[in-house]
Amino acid sequence: MTALTVAGLTLREAARRRVVWALLVLTVVLLALSAWGFSKLVGLDTDVGTMTSGEARLVASLLLNLIMFGMSLIAAIGTAFLAGPTLAGEVESGQALALLARPVRRSAVLLGKWLGLIAFGCGYVVLAGLAQILVVRAAVGYWPPAPATGLALLAAETVVLLTLALLLSSVVSTMASGIVAVGLFGATWVAGVVGGIGGALGNEGVERVGTVSRILLPTDGLWHGAMNAFQDPVALVQMGPGEGGFPFLSEAPLSPVYLVWAAVWVAVVWGLTALSFQRRDI
Amino acid sequence: MTSPAAPPDSAAGELAGLPPSPAVWCSGLRKRYGRQTAVDDVSFAVARGEVLGLLGPNGAGKTSVIKMLLGLVRPDAGEVLLLGRRSSDPRSRRAVGYLPELFRYQPWLSAAEVLDAHVRLARIPVDAAERRDCLALVGLADRAGDRVGGFSKGMQQRLGLAVALVARPELVVLDEPTSALDPIGRVDVRDLVLSLKSRGVAVLLNSHLIGEVERVCDRVVILDKGRVAASGTLAELLGQREVRLRLGAADGRAEHRLRTAGALTRSGDWFTVALPADDDGVTVPDLVRDLVDLGVRVHAVEPVRISLEERLLGILRHEGPGTEEPRR
Repeated sequence: MTALTVAGLTLREAARRRVVWALLVLTVVLLALSAWGFSKLVGLDTDVGTMTSGEARLVASLLLNLIMFGMSLIAAIGTAFLAGPTLAGEVESGQALALLARPVRRSAVLLGKWLGLIAFGCGYVVLAGLAQILVVRAAVGYWPPAPATGLALLAAETVVLLTLALLLSSVVSTMASGIVAVGLFGATWVAGVVGGIGGALGNEGVERVGTVSRILLPTDGLWHGAMNAFQDPVALVQMGPGEGGFPFLSEAPLSPVYLVWAAVWVAVVWGLTALSFQRRDI
Repeated sequence: MTSPAAPPDSAAGELAGLPPSPAVWCSGLRKRYGRQTAVDDVSFAVARGEVLGLLGPNGAGKTSVIKMLLGLVRPDAGEVLLLGRRSSDPRSRRAVGYLPELFRYQPWLSAAEVLDAHVRLARIPVDAAERRDCLALVGLADRAGDRVGGFSKGMQQRLGLAVALVARPELVVLDEPTSALDPIGRVDVRDLVLSLKSRGVAVLLNSHLIGEVERVCDRVVILDKGRVAASGTLAELLGQREVRLRLGAADGRAEHRLRTAGALTRSGDWFTVALPADDDGVTVPDLVRDLVDLGVRVHAVEPVRISLEERLLGILRHEGPGTEEPRR
């Protein structure tokens, strides 16, 4: 009951603050630009002649991943900066005082915040992602092999990042939590690319960088799973072996073990946040 | 009632069964922030329907004590019971209203929506009309639909009062409730506290405005450097009342009559008589009548009453204690 009330408040906050409008404008711009770009792909004159519709679909599948990455970045930044003020900001400003003096458990308040942010973040990623897939289909007729899985994994990536931002916002200040969360997200992505290059070069040491970072923060791992669900399977064959260094293609779908690990990671980080919030002097 | 009636050491559940459990009972509260001891061995109680004033200079630990009572700050040591339940149990705050010193409400909500949210969190069915009445009580009836973000500080504090009162509280904790209010607002708050008292709602009031505390509080706890420097009813803290008389032609018989009324001090033709604590209001008229019968010319009769402010400053400067020894 408390959790649902707080989740409702969190959603209302997101809706009434400028976050939603900023995200909406960014997304519409991104969708419009991509629609225009994709429509130019078919019949494009290149050095090797006019691009066939098959080739265009191949390029489209790569570009789709690139745009989806843009979407997940927007969602990441949006939710991380929304999660920051939600705990640290309310405690700093004094908003939390009257709220927590009610007959509520702090863990229930935290759960409410988390659920509200997740509904917002995942709702955004799924809707904007779906819109993008439809735009690509309308422009070049490409339909990804597993769009639902891909969108679900993008949503999972948002959940991971949001949970991390909440943990950070329960221990450090508002601004710092958003910056650190987005910074870690970016660092893990870079580490993933470095690992991919290591794999392509056959250097196990460098490859391990990506593997370790994917375990420490599962955002990049889930992102690779999402890419695999969006990309044209033909793309991998066409690019040939050793494409691992290319950051917008993924070699294999996610293993169930990794998904379980991501769920465990979220549970552990959530538990730590609840513990830290419980002990905090308001 | 200088010492709180300590509840038995048994579980809070047993206490809940006893009707006269105090609204607030705390014992041995202690809190350190780093090297700084903010609160040290603070114990007091607020009876049901009683208004208790918490006084003390800046940094005395008043707000820290309030936050520990409400479970917002974890005490390093000590126990708190709110309305008969341990404060670690969220249900202890079921019928508690709180206006924080740092009052800030969701700026993206309207005043009415803030109250709705608090009613839902308090899980007490308060219908829309009652919520509107609550906003009207603090003078925000015509601003119910406006966003809190556009409110002045005074209006936000009024909203905070409405939040504290909306869920039919049995205990209201007001931390500096008039800090942002104009003189009219201050009078409103005073009337509000008195109306709560008349309805049997206990109030814990932390205020710098000693005059206000003196007007509305039944008892006062004075904190200094994190400790209870003094506590008691206003009569106990302010000491006995005195009466000063300017008399002409006062002889030995007149002085003898004055002494029978109370301890006497004389300075020229001014006589000061300390009145007994159980004075029922007839001592002074009777004294004046007898003095006149004795042929004494009575030029002036003035009641002398030490103010709470003077008493507070005396306690904080460690000047001579009154009827109650400071608890050091």
